[in-house]
Amino acid sequence: MIKVEVDMSKCQHYGQCVFEAPDIFRLNSDDKLEYTAEADDSERANIEAAIDVCPMQAIRIVE
Amino acid sequence: MNHPVVIVGASMGGLRTAESLRRFGYAGVITIIGEEAHKPYNRPPLSKEVLANEVTHEAVAFEERAATADVNWILGTRAVSVDQQHTTVTDSSGMVHPYSALVIATGLRPRRLHLANGDLAGRHALRTLDDAINLRAQLTPGADVVIVGGGFIGCEVAATAAKLGCDVTVVHNSAHPMLRPLGTELARQLQLRHEAEGVRFLLNRSVVGLSGDKRVREVHIDDGSSIKCDVLIEAVGSHSNIEWLEGTSIDLTDGVLVDSAMRAINTSGSVIPNVYAIGDVARFANPIFDDVPRRVEHWNIPTETAKRAAAVIAAQLSADEKFESIVNAQFKPVPSFWSDQYDIHLLAFGSLGLADKVTLVAGDATDECVFEYHRGEDLVGVCGIGMRSVVQSYRAKFI
Repeated sequence: MIKVEVDMSKCQHYGQCVFEAPDIFRLNSDDKLEYTAEADDSERANIEAAIDVCPMQAIRIVE
Repeated sequence: MNHPVVIVGASMGGLRTAESLRRFGYAGVITIIGEEAHKPYNRPPLSKEVLANEVTHEAVAFEERAATADVNWILGTRAVSVDQQHTTVTDSSGMVHPYSALVIATGLRPRRLHLANGDLAGRHALRTLDDAINLRAQLTPGADVVIVGGGFIGCEVAATAAKLGCDVTVVHNSAHPMLRPLGTELARQLQLRHEAEGVRFLLNRSVVGLSGDKRVREVHIDDGSSIKCDVLIEAVGSHSNIEWLEGTSIDLTDGVLVDSAMRAINTSGSVIPNVYAIGDVARFANPIFDDVPRRVEHWNIPTETAKRAAAVIAAQLSADEKFESIVNAQFKPVPSFWSDQYDIHLLAFGSLGLADKVTLVAGDATDECVFEYHRGEDLVGVCGIGMRSVVQSYRAKFI
């Protein structure tokens, strides 16, 4: 399993991560970011792509 | 043994190229040569958090991944020339680096103004972490700050300086700040917001000279007036870092011309098979819009072009039988950008600057809103304040 962490003090809810890893990240009805903190290893490439596109660099994988 | 892949430019694009080469299976040596002393870091906070707080390199550095732990970093060093015949790069310390593939990721540097008495101290531009740290020390409460250039960087710095208690004036050469990308209505609203925070605008004006004793004390405007100035910030666009490529066969008309596989094109229009360019410095056609090659200075482009180049390089160096199909795959990254000024968070997709018509399609420009940008009949961009889900839904229209 992969543990995902988003620093919500940095996150500005731009939602770029949603395009890269839609099974992990989503914007809720208030346009705020929500995410699944534990993901299958098969999601690693998508999560790394989400990390790459986060304008605030708020996402990390906790190894 | 094959020569290393040599990446020139140790910023986000260079780093993403190295990471992507590993992801696409390239296991050989990667060398990254970079002029700055720092390992790659995220630049957007430079105009905001780094100016406002004691932010260190550590706080803005990109996290290092295990796959690129063995990259050979040569920092604080510039590339000075390329020998295409012998496939080598020479750096400023005199070292010669043979390459199997060369990736040009040298980006941009700020354009500086040519001013009367231009050698006075107190002039700043903002591109690097060190630029931001130097500027931060000057942005003290009550300081008279003059920003030349009312584009996104100029306006973000204006917002940060105003929040720090500086007395801020923006001198801009058109009728509204950020007018060219955003269009009149949105640009005017953002201007009003800045003015409500105490920022003054001198519009359709330019700076012609400075005066002071060692340090700048006054800035002279082209209408004959003068304004007090302790800190001058020049945010008037940029130049491509391509001088080190002079003497090569590469088309350097505006940055580095590349094909859709990020391979450099020579002045006769042919592909140079082992030289690539990515990021701000790469000029490429994006079929979302048309077949005109353009440089794109949006934050997501270094990463998109790095991944594209890395896929092609990895296939090239492994003589992958799918090389041709990888090269011929369509490459049409959706430009995306954002800007934070006060509590306003702009988010945009597309190329707003191409538009000839801007239309409010949702919300209210004084509050949350979405604008569409059209060139003729074609949608070329969308920009919103708030209303994230609506702005997000447009991205699929470009793919």
